[in-house]
Amino acid sequence: MAAITADLISQHQLSEQEYESILRLLGREPTITELGIFSVMWSEHCSYKSSRIHLKKLFTQGPRVLAGPGENAGVVDIGSGYAVAFKIESHNHPSFIEPFQGAATGVGGILRDIFTMGARPIAVMDSLRFGPVGRGAGDAAPDAARNRRILEGVVGGIAHYGNCFGVPTVGGECVFEPCYSGNPLVNVFALGVFRRDEIFYARASGIGNPVIYVGAKTGRDGIHGASMASAEFGEQSMEKRPNVQVGDPFLEKLLLEACLEAMQTGAVVGIQDMGAAGLTCSTCEMGARAGTGIEIDLMHVPQRESGMTPYEIMLSESQERMLLVAERGREEEIFRIFRKWGLDAATIGQVTGDGKLRVKDHGNVVAEIPNAALADQAPLYRRPAAAPFRRAPLDGPAIVPRSGRQLSEDLAALVASADICSKRYIWEQYDYTVRTNTIQGPGADAAVVRIKETGTSIAMSLDGNGRYCYLGPREGARLAVAECCRNISCVGAEPVAATNCLNFGNPERPEIMGQFIEAIEGMGEACRFFGVPITGGNVSLYNETLGEPIYPTPVIGVIGLMPTRRPPPMWFQNPGRKIVLLGGLLPGAADQWERRFGSSQFAKVILGKLWGLPPALDMDYEQRVQRAAREMIGRGLVESVHDISDGGLAVAVAESSFGPARIGARLDVESGGLPLPYLLFHEAPSRVLVSAEAAHLQAILEIAARYGIDAPVIGETAAGELTFAINGLPLLAAPVDALYQAWAGALRA
Amino acid sequence: MKFGVVIFPGSNCDHDAYYALAENLGKNTTYLWHQSEDLQNCDAIILPGGFSYGDYLRTGAIARFSPVMRAVAKFAGSGGLVMGICNGFQILVEAGLLPGALLRNRNLRFVCRTVHLRTETAKTPFTAELRPGELLAMPVAHGEGSYYCDPATLADLQREDRIVFRYASPSGEIDEEANPNGSLENIAGIVSEGRNVLGMMPHPERAADPLMGSTDGLRIFASMASHLARSARSESVRLAGLVRQTL
Repeated sequence: MAAITADLISQHQLSEQEYESILRLLGREPTITELGIFSVMWSEHCSYKSSRIHLKKLFTQGPRVLAGPGENAGVVDIGSGYAVAFKIESHNHPSFIEPFQGAATGVGGILRDIFTMGARPIAVMDSLRFGPVGRGAGDAAPDAARNRRILEGVVGGIAHYGNCFGVPTVGGECVFEPCYSGNPLVNVFALGVFRRDEIFYARASGIGNPVIYVGAKTGRDGIHGASMASAEFGEQSMEKRPNVQVGDPFLEKLLLEACLEAMQTGAVVGIQDMGAAGLTCSTCEMGARAGTGIEIDLMHVPQRESGMTPYEIMLSESQERMLLVAERGREEEIFRIFRKWGLDAATIGQVTGDGKLRVKDHGNVVAEIPNAALADQAPLYRRPAAAPFRRAPLDGPAIVPRSGRQLSEDLAALVASADICSKRYIWEQYDYTVRTNTIQGPGADAAVVRIKETGTSIAMSLDGNGRYCYLGPREGARLAVAECCRNISCVGAEPVAATNCLNFGNPERPEIMGQFIEAIEGMGEACRFFGVPITGGNVSLYNETLGEPIYPTPVIGVIGLMPTRRPPPMWFQNPGRKIVLLGGLLPGAADQWERRFGSSQFAKVILGKLWGLPPALDMDYEQRVQRAAREMIGRGLVESVHDISDGGLAVAVAESSFGPARIGARLDVESGGLPLPYLLFHEAPSRVLVSAEAAHLQAILEIAARYGIDAPVIGETAAGELTFAINGLPLLAAPVDALYQAWAGALRA
Repeated sequence: MKFGVVIFPGSNCDHDAYYALAENLGKNTTYLWHQSEDLQNCDAIILPGGFSYGDYLRTGAIARFSPVMRAVAKFAGSGGLVMGICNGFQILVEAGLLPGALLRNRNLRFVCRTVHLRTETAKTPFTAELRPGELLAMPVAHGEGSYYCDPATLADLQREDRIVFRYASPSGEIDEEANPNGSLENIAGIVSEGRNVLGMMPHPERAADPLMGSTDGLRIFASMASHLARSARSESVRLAGLVRQTL
């Protein structure tokens, strides 16, 4: 047996103190297999040691919540006896090393988290962040070619896995910032549906029950994948290639069908997927949750490579595997189903009463660790925090007047810019109509997926803004929650629950920890206010390369409920309709507007600068605007609905004109003395653009008045043209077609 | 009448086809597991879309060897109605029940979008209720849907009026922009010599419900149902005639 040296301990990413804890917990030195087990279970990725304390601040309770954080996915009651399971997960580090497989296995992992609870996945969304790929104004970069390669690989991987598995990818976001060049973010969301009385948990209950391994054979892929995700990238990062897992979506589809069928037999007591840290994580976590122990003998584990050591088998992250606990005596019912689907199924051990993970190899014990030591008693750190890291100045350049022609050009540049341009190039690679439930797919404010069994539908959206959070983590996180809920409201659904993915840099740096704590607290405040409990999620730390961290990037996914019906589209439908700006031209006080403009797309794309603060959010006002919008939609008063976000009012109006009929608008707004660039492009939240027949205007204004929100009529729809007048004076005119071409063609290969 | 939807390992549009037939069309429908040669007295067989056998080797290459395909080949040989959608089309081509090949999309990427199809012939059980030239809207979603065949085969298809659907613009033009994958002559669907086996890349089962934005696909299934009803009627008329003759 290998001697445990200081070198070996540090190679396993364990600190001296952590190793001391291991000695104390075991009462002896660990075996090499045990060292490996501790290293993955106590890694940041699996143990959440830097974040667990702060995650408690999130708002997680709600009347519909059936399962909250700590389970494989969050579960929410949707009525009629049905529930949905959903979660978002990250696969950031693997996607930098091997973009295609990194992203593909990210999809595979989150899908398993859903169907391990018994829910059939019916929708996927992805939130992607890359370094600039060198197209559009203001985003040229030396790493453009490499970033493009990463983008192509990631999108290809998500498409490959989701399409073959047979789940529609219905929405998401794609953002470009230099800070993501060495650290792309790939956050994948999945949602599944099941009966609320058929939820399966990952508990190893019933002493003497068989522990059964199902799915793909185990190989050497992905060993120490969990530790890779728990460290920064350095010079030798490309050597981590063998750490990236390889996915087989066909096998996962078979696994899905076999698992769902097996669950129907009633013989399955508990089940967990093998994700990060594979067999190690699933065994000890299932034991820890049930207060039982698990004993396995690795000789029974189906293997696709010869000569694998216990260390390798326990740490392998081979994909498409599940661990289930069955009722003793009913194993054959389960084996028959897995045989039918052509998958391996083998009893590898049993549930014990001693609370330990005992691993044997051909009868010899190679690891014996109390489950609690690996799960609940994993290190818990209250890392020092300092003022959130930021290098951007508070004040920026003076906003000089710009002519109408310049502003026209600015608008064209913005719609063609990386963050705002059409992402059709990406989402046309995803099958978004398979399963015939997609009422509204990618390219809209929120996706809408119907549940055939209930006659109701789920609206869903993913949102984040690293730029805002960099300038103000607390406010930025609150804004992300507000925007996500607003997107849900804009399709007429009521936000009911959320999941989050927290992407940050190195938590051992106090200024990064400061960002983390502020963001979590902001997110908690907003989720509590908007009534969207966080039912689960993911933390991804150490997103840094050579000391350069990403922007603090909390991503939130919100789901909403609505009756099954087509929502009003985001595009203007007919000329001659009234356009109303719910929320008004400048919600809230115009406090520090110069500073807040520094966080906008205008500052990024047109001025090439970053300064100041994120926009100001009045959560109460925001909620009233959302409620007003939902009521208008519910009563069929509006013909189109689109919320205002990146690029402000002018961009939102342009986006609303990009429908098949290319209906534009003639707008006339009051400047209120504000500089024109600010008026057209500021990104204050709580604003929704609606268009409606004149006959409905009275009712719309009455609703707005009742909710106490501004709702100026800012113009009328008009075929083919987009014109802005300020205080009655013409300012700019742009043909819709030209803007559309710039927007539609920007991201193509 | 009964419709059968075959399930291969990796089929993922089987539920969609079943739902379109059973719920949207309201017909008796059953699943057929790939391991069995029993077609359960179905009058029409659907090979649905998906990634049967993971597209290992070539799309559809392994599925065509499964037990159910032996039965489907016999069924097709005696005139039974068979429709292959997307991966189902690929399987029919690999099984030799339809000519030609489905190649990788011209742009080398998976493409999911709504296309318009021009009905090229109403002289098939699948299009009898449509008019030649009529446009249908429905989604495609595939990475390998570019139809190819050699010139002799193309000549046969044209001469025998066996090209059933072509990709067209919303105004009915057969042009390159309307072609999502580079298919020869914008071919989206063809029938066999006996006209009872149809293969098409687009997904009619995804255009069978008003909520999905189009019910044009349902009309293809409805044509099949009408044909089966007519055949059943003409069969019972024929049998009645036989019975009368013997009286």
